Amino acid sequence: MTINVSRRGFLKATAAGTTALLVGLNAKGVLAAGTSAAVATGLNPFVEIDADGTVTVIIKHFEMGQGTTTGLTTLVAEELDADWDAVQIEFAPSDNNRYANLFFHAQGTGGSTSIANSFMQYREAGAAARDLLIRAAAQKWDVDASTITVENGMLSSGGNSGHFGEFVAIAATLEAFEKPAVKTPNQFKLIGSEKLHRKDNTGKTNGTAMFAMDVNLPGMIYAAIIRSPKFGGTVVSFDDADAKEIGGFIAAQVLPNKAGVVAFGKNTWAAFQARDALSVEWDFSVAETRSTDAMIADHKAMLDSPQFDANHEVPLASVAPVLANATKTIDAEFTFPFLAHAPLEPENCTIEPTENGVRVHDGCQFPTFTQPMVAAVLELDPSQVEVKTLYAGGSFGRRANATSDYNTEAAMAFAVSGGKVPVKLVWSREDDIKGGYYRPMSAHRAKIGLDADGKIIGWDHRLAIKSIVKGTPFAGMVQNDIDPTSAEGVAESLYNVPNFGIGLSDFQTPVPINWWRSVGHTHTGFVMETLMDMVATETGQDPIEMRLAMLDGGTANQARMIEAIKHVREISGWKKGDKRGFASHFSFNTCVAVVADVTVDGTTVKVNKLFMGVECGVAVNPDVIRAQMEGGAGFALSAIYRNQITLSDGEVYQYNFPDYDLLRNHEMPEVEVVIVRSNNAPTGVGEPGVPPTGPAVANAIFAQTGTRIMDLPMSKAGFDFM
Amino acid sequence: MQYQLKINGESRTVDAEPGTPLLWILRDELQLTGTKFGCGVAYCGACTVHVDGYPTRSCQTFVEDATEAEITTIEGATDKVAQAVQAAWREKDVVQCGWCQSGQIMSAIGLLTENPSPTDEDIKDYMDGNACRCVTYVRINEAIKLASQKLEA
Ligand code: FES
Ligand code: FES
Repeated sequence: MTINVSRRGFLKATAAGTTALLVGLNAKGVLAAGTSAAVATGLNPFVEIDADGTVTVIIKHFEMGQGTTTGLTTLVAEELDADWDAVQIEFAPSDNNRYANLFFHAQGTGGSTSIANSFMQYREAGAAARDLLIRAAAQKWDVDASTITVENGMLSSGGNSGHFGEFVAIAATLEAFEKPAVKTPNQFKLIGSEKLHRKDNTGKTNGTAMFAMDVNLPGMIYAAIIRSPKFGGTVVSFDDADAKEIGGFIAAQVLPNKAGVVAFGKNTWAAFQARDALSVEWDFSVAETRSTDAMIADHKAMLDSPQFDANHEVPLASVAPVLANATKTIDAEFTFPFLAHAPLEPENCTIEPTENGVRVHDGCQFPTFTQPMVAAVLELDPSQVEVKTLYAGGSFGRRANATSDYNTEAAMAFAVSGGKVPVKLVWSREDDIKGGYYRPMSAHRAKIGLDADGKIIGWDHRLAIKSIVKGTPFAGMVQNDIDPTSAEGVAESLYNVPNFGIGLSDFQTPVPINWWRSVGHTHTGFVMETLMDMVATETGQDPIEMRLAMLDGGTANQARMIEAIKHVREISGWKKGDKRGFASHFSFNTCVAVVADVTVDGTTVKVNKLFMGVECGVAVNPDVIRAQMEGGAGFALSAIYRNQITLSDGEVYQYNFPDYDLLRNHEMPEVEVVIVRSNNAPTGVGEPGVPPTGPAVANAIFAQTGTRIMDLPMSKAGFDFM
Repeated sequence: MQYQLKINGESRTVDAEPGTPLLWILRDELQLTGTKFGCGVAYCGACTVHVDGYPTRSCQTFVEDATEAEITTIEGATDKVAQAVQAAWREKDVVQCGWCQSGQIMSAIGLLTENPSPTDEDIKDYMDGNACRCVTYVRINEAIKLASQKLEA
């Protein structure tokens, strides 16, 4: 088996006995340099330069398509003045300290933070490496360092010139600066360049890119699991008589936590077939047995008496007296369904025995959790668990969850198999659609009070939703009983709203839930921007002018949002009385504003074009940003059009793409993106395109039909889409 | 059962149960993992290969039905059309996660082989069975246009 993303780089150099220059963090967590030998004493590099001049950037984040491999490489190559086409990538091994996400203090990818948290760290590593090479060349040529220039992987001074590799032996003996000088924005050549192509282009167009499901190891067996049809059920007993008739079936075993039965097979197909042939008796005594209709009603009931105040400055109880003085109120209620992430590569994980423990092969989003959780199942020390990160065929949040669910399942399967041979656990699409970890369902209710001039005087906002983080290792995020991922987007709205009370209730269900691309903003963005449109309609204001006025508070993020809105107004040619839809939303520190051009014919809706304005600070890779806006918008569309996970008697109704259909090619609108030029520090782009897209389309449908859509998906209101 | 298959111009012998989808033969037995699994029910196109030149869902093609055919996977897609498509895909930076892209490319090669100058509508119709969860359709369609121009030039 060959894997093109691994620790191959520095291990290779060690093996060959040649010198490579490594620059990264040493055991103290300080920027340092050394040779391959320094890896043994705790240097974990961000960049490796080999004697042949090859530059390898070690990527601490995983790549699920969001462009991290290209982004982090750009940061290093910029400061290093490397030859872009000659720079390679490798994924970092598991190392919580040195490869930590600086915003999480843990190794993991999420919250659209990859570029933002790495921006200075990876640039400084590149700058330190460049400085070492310059000093090495000065020594070798016996010239003053200030006479040396670096361009495209070459150093030169007067008549001397040479590629990076010629200086690595000397450079590796020098001390690196802990805080090297980095370029100023006007010196950037690669950051902001339109000419760079994605680093994962070749492997992903010729079939050679290695994803976790592509792992093939000698002696490997395959596993598929039958899980409880109702969430929270446990195995009482099982019968594998029919599975024994399946060719390639090896054995079946109950998982140690009784959450399912694993069938082992000689290949994936045999494991799937054998699993389907098992009959299992379940204990549903603590399982979810409600239908989603009943659960929606239960959410709405919780809106009558919210448990927590999500805006501490304005207790919800203080809003009612204000609203009593309103000339007019706007009342609205919204509901949102469970949603599956449905990454196109279904969940899978391979665990292989090593001399000292195990190796986990995964498109691993959170090594910080995978390592100890797999260790706990196998009764190993976390240091005995090596995580090998491979490309992930999408995630949208699915691969980052507090229980590392499918990693843990793979570990349990490996344990009950006897732990002697590699075990590959593969989920089918049915497993994925029915398997939980959904975007939580939710309900919102708002009462907005207006005075005689149409000005908002108070806003009573309530929502009910299951908390994603409470009771999990992420519980540290909870503040004053509020899970920020529940109310975000309402709670930190950029709009200046007086007397804005927010009541939150935590819904309870055994259905496992999880963050789904843009998390709380998936529903709060829709609610807030629909309500803003309702206020504009009620008061006869232009929806864009009204928002600009409500953002006039002088904060830096309000100013950024105003820019995003003005840019999209300009490229879309928006006019007062426009029959298109507008929405804007701030999430993951990024401002996105959308104009949706929609045609409605009876109940058939065609989204023709989306204009998107984005303020995300310095645009490191503009084309990746555009791609994330296109992808985020399209991701939102299939969700608002028709996607939903429904339960009847606790069992998931949908099974696969035929009834959880992704957005299709012919449904994709044209997308025009304008990126605000900015020197602010870079902010996220993977998620922020999602939240404003849905309400922009909904507001456009209202503009043309007078119908407000408040219960998602929109297919519930009788609309279909083409 | 032993089956004789012709894949990417080579004759390969595999041991498999009747009824095994070609997809799993390619991935698990022959390590041709460029062909991907997305749904198993012919609804996403991630598993698309060419069977006698036609884009075909390998997840719904049984091994016993494929023995007479010429099978081409992404690893064996090297003709002029394939090269133009792959080059266009790289120029337009189509890929995101990449999981659907082997299937998208095999379908695009099928389209341009049948119809070297497709209209926008032709492209959308032909490519509609290939789902992309990352939603790279804008660029897929641009890349197909670009590949078409490359082939005409
Ligand atoms: S895996 Fe064959 S069409 Fe989806
Ligand atoms: S690129 Fe991810 S599914 Fe298409």
